[in-house]
Amino acid sequence: MGLFNIKCNQAGHICDKSQYDEAKFWEILKLKIHHLYCEVCRKHSKRNATLTQLVKSSKIEILDQQTKEDIQRQFQKELAKHQ
Amino acid sequence: MPKHQLDPNTWIQLYSDYLFNYTISRVNDKEVAKDLVSETFLAALKSMKNFKGEASERTWLTSILKRKVIDHYRKINSKKGKAEVRMALNDNLENDGGDWLEERVADPFDKTAEDKLENSELKDAIFNCLGKLPEKQAEVFKMKTILGYETETICNELDITASNLWVLIHRARTSLASCLEKNWF
Repeated sequence: MGLFNIKCNQAGHICDKSQYDEAKFWEILKLKIHHLYCEVCRKHSKRNATLTQLVKSSKIEILDQQTKEDIQRQFQKELAKHQ
Repeated sequence: MPKHQLDPNTWIQLYSDYLFNYTISRVNDKEVAKDLVSETFLAALKSMKNFKGEASERTWLTSILKRKVIDHYRKINSKKGKAEVRMALNDNLENDGGDWLEERVADPFDKTAEDKLENSELKDAIFNCLGKLPEKQAEVFKMKTILGYETETICNELDITASNLWVLIHRARTSLASCLEKNWF
């Protein structure tokens, strides 16, 4: 049973990874077992999953890093003219 | 003393994502949206002297962007000309004038005004909460959660370790969840 015992900080880490489908099967199993006796982590996981759901449902879109850098470069040139 | 002041050095870092998101929901074309955002920053730079300090920087930049979006549609319409091709439901237009096939078919993906409003309010709430995070946390969260980048890509890009990334993600998620709990849930 000790094999499946994890601490709260490990549970939090697995919970975060599972939001991005990066947690392994065994990790998820450990997390589920941890949830059986830890109410704090159970609540945290629920909140974490709600956040994932909210961000997904908002269909928010942002600029990728490369485009942002391109805009920044172009902007800096113009800014230099103004300063 | 004006309530708000402009700091163009921080504009792109702070507002480019918000403005892009605002634009994409109105023009539905990523390339056009990118151009409009870029043009907005340049136009804002030129009209800095007109800023009275009554509105926040974001509101002021958004108002410039709104005009850019309107100009964009004006340009498209003038290029397209006045012709518009529509499919008639039947030939008897005298009896059924104005009754077009496209209007008779219910669009299952069509959102109600209420859905759209709720969605745009949610987006605003998320952006406001993201704006309260430390810069690095917000950046990592956006790259991982919204852009869907691989852990390795983010680590290489930002020169951080994977464990460092997960710590930043954890802190960002915890702060965001509690911020949204106050402002949205």
